[in-house]
Amino acid sequence: MTSIRSRLLTTALAATMAVPAFAQGELNLYSSRHYDTDERLYSDFTEMTGITINRIEGNADELIARMEAEGDNSPADVFLTVDTSRLERAKDAGLFQTVESEVLEARVPAYAQDDENQWFGFSQRSRIIFYDENDVDTPPATYQDLADPAYENQVCIRSSSNVYNQTLTGALIAHLGEEATLDWAEAVVSNFARDPQGGDTDQLRGIVSGECDIAVANTYYFARAIRKDVDGLSDSRDMIGWVFPNQDSTGAHMNLSGGGVAANAPNPDNAVRFLEYLASDQAQEYFSAGNDEYPAVPGVALSPSVAELGFFKPDDLDAAVIADNIPAAQMLLNEAGWE
Amino acid sequence: MDRHFISGVALLVAAICLLPIGGVVAAALLGNLDTLRHLAETVLWRYTWTTLVLVALVGSGSIVLGAVTAWLVVTTEFRGRRWLEVALVVPLAFPAYVLAYAYTHILDHPGIVQTLLRDVTGWGPRAYWFPEVRSVGGAAMMLTLVLYPYVYLLARAAFRLQARAPYYAARSLGASGTGAFFRVALPMARPAIAAGALLVVMETIADFGTVAHFGVQTFATGIYTSWFSLADRAAAAQLAIGLLAFALLLAVLEQKNRGAASYALKGRQAPFSRTPLSGGRALAAQAVCGFPVLLGVVVPTIALFAMGLRSEQDIFSPRYLEFLHNTLKLASVAAIVTVSAAVVIGTFRRVHPNRVSTAALYVGRLGYAVPGGVIAVGLLVPFAGFDNWLDARMEAWFDVSTGLLITGSIWLMVAAYMIRFLAAAIGAYDSGLATVTPNVDAAARVLGRSATGTVRSVHLPILRPSLLTALLIVFVDTVKELPATLILRPFDHDTLAVQAFRLASDERLTGAAVPSLIIAGLGLIPVILLCAQVAEWRRTSVAAT
Repeated sequence: MTSIRSRLLTTALAATMAVPAFAQGELNLYSSRHYDTDERLYSDFTEMTGITINRIEGNADELIARMEAEGDNSPADVFLTVDTSRLERAKDAGLFQTVESEVLEARVPAYAQDDENQWFGFSQRSRIIFYDENDVDTPPATYQDLADPAYENQVCIRSSSNVYNQTLTGALIAHLGEEATLDWAEAVVSNFARDPQGGDTDQLRGIVSGECDIAVANTYYFARAIRKDVDGLSDSRDMIGWVFPNQDSTGAHMNLSGGGVAANAPNPDNAVRFLEYLASDQAQEYFSAGNDEYPAVPGVALSPSVAELGFFKPDDLDAAVIADNIPAAQMLLNEAGWE
Repeated sequence: MDRHFISGVALLVAAICLLPIGGVVAAALLGNLDTLRHLAETVLWRYTWTTLVLVALVGSGSIVLGAVTAWLVVTTEFRGRRWLEVALVVPLAFPAYVLAYAYTHILDHPGIVQTLLRDVTGWGPRAYWFPEVRSVGGAAMMLTLVLYPYVYLLARAAFRLQARAPYYAARSLGASGTGAFFRVALPMARPAIAAGALLVVMETIADFGTVAHFGVQTFATGIYTSWFSLADRAAAAQLAIGLLAFALLLAVLEQKNRGAASYALKGRQAPFSRTPLSGGRALAAQAVCGFPVLLGVVVPTIALFAMGLRSEQDIFSPRYLEFLHNTLKLASVAAIVTVSAAVVIGTFRRVHPNRVSTAALYVGRLGYAVPGGVIAVGLLVPFAGFDNWLDARMEAWFDVSTGLLITGSIWLMVAAYMIRFLAAAIGAYDSGLATVTPNVDAAARVLGRSATGTVRSVHLPILRPSLLTALLIVFVDTVKELPATLILRPFDHDTLAVQAFRLASDERLTGAAVPSLIIAGLGLIPVILLCAQVAEWRRTSVAAT
């Protein structure tokens, strides 16, 4: 009786234990891209290749911590993130391996890939300035202009704990130096229309409801409102104008989303195949059509919503430089009282 | 013999609970203090002050709401009391971050209320003052609305077990109803209320989702900022120790406070009979009990429905069935494991009331005040280390690869849930146990029961309501849990909370409303079961007398 029971228990326990996914035809993906629309991106790959994708999605830094802890036995094949600073962090932690792929070399432009071929960028978005066309006659033309006292009580931007604000500040540190960037941050804080709150969409909705005159947000949040109905934004988007900043100097700040093959990938061939798929026309178009991003591969058609934003000069600052500046950026924003 | 078994298991549970905390302490000691110094010079005091204000608001709000409503539903009778008694538990099913989504949608500047206000009055967009929902006050309101049920549940159970004799003695000696409530009934229910309030406060300081959504910067958000933005995991650990110390202080205060008096009932006593209320007093009771239900259940449900209807989420798709399946599986396993652990820890202290068992009790409660992400990483590091060690040994000896045996399974998540929610289970079980006089144990032992036999055939049956409450709380908490699930889940083990998070962090709040509503719906099931069961016991116990 007891032995049967304990045997049943053992079997039940064994059934819940992990079965390592090393079988052929699998790909284990750790991703901090949390976009529901990416489902199509993955299912298309499975349909084309027969390779099943197992996924864990989460915060980039937590996934990095997990991969570090898992070490040699980590099941991760590919690690994807939404910003380059985390790609650099993963590289510094030794979590990527060098990939030799003619396809990736040929298709991903040099500025969007790591010097040692440890990671590749697949899509990008720009962090730009939006404004109320009815109330603002001369919108800021640069990020520096956001600090202009003329815009007192007008600027809405989210909290300093947001990664996109940190990379923007990290880029400014690279261009202007730390001291000037601190002055800039303090002046921007004194121009706030309200305490930082909500996400990028909330800054844009703030223009519609009249609480904000000027807002800083990533392009895809606005392009999404062009493509489909976003509550409190799409119906009134005609009143919102936008500026690609710093077009006469350094260019508009860019965020690169990309990934690489994990150092201990159990399925390295499938991993490379997956990255090559992400650089294909089909997947690249989907980054634009599904998530309103800019494809990293040149010459790929933009979806109408993204195309409506127009063309611009991007800031091609090295991602590694921005990544190095992130802690300094956060400290500086803390000092400036940017909540 | 079996006393040793209980001690052994209790110590094992305590050891597992200590593991991530030990990891945190080790990480904190290994780092330098540069980041902490920077934080102390800039934001640390603001973090601390905000956290304390939040704790004070949520703690006092929950005690008042929870204790008063519990008293009313136990001791009075008014129209609607029966369903309000059940409905008052329901806000527990809502994660605070979900309430935050719903209320932001209603109350922020582009929201329905302010838009209507502007349309009706013709005020300009910035020409008026309106309370800001994304603020400390707003966060306190969200947290109070979902956390007061802890106090309510435990206080209700305590009032129910309380004898009416002392209360009526006070009344007959000239005390008013309110006076007797404050001077007799409330002090007698103090262990339960304090246990509930302790849970509320711990959950408040560990909360990340709500305050992050509102942009309110607390100690917990400081931990994540140090870890992610400043890339200094040691500084994050140092801040986490601050939270731990605060939680430990509260737990010690609560236990000391309880130790000062004996709350066990002596002998057989009649419970309260309900005083019927009518007219204005009934209306007032309805209003008091209806208020938290309205704000904590009705309003957010309507708002989430309105949001969800416009989204493209298909709840009947295979994906959603998978989310549902994973969520139910994890919550059930976590509830059973955690409550068993709480019974073992509680019994250990009952059978061996010494320093070791008291320490085990404190250790078991600490996890509740630690943000889930911190616990998760604290567990991941030693267990992955063990897995890798085992894999290397097995490879060397038997040429078999075991891979990540524990780390890649659901059991690490279950351990994380247990550590995180053990305090809730202990709170419910131990405060119930405190009302069972030790004479009962002595009698059982004299009659030949062993220590475990006493637990099995005396404590567990008497404490069925407390145990069910504990199961309910852990189940619902696990359904809502996000940070540890995000870090520790194996491949393709997404839960409803993960899906809600994914949509919310992509700023698709209308979409996030859909899994959020299912989470709340799942929480309803155990609540209803519990209430039906409790009603059943009451009937049978009345029949027996």
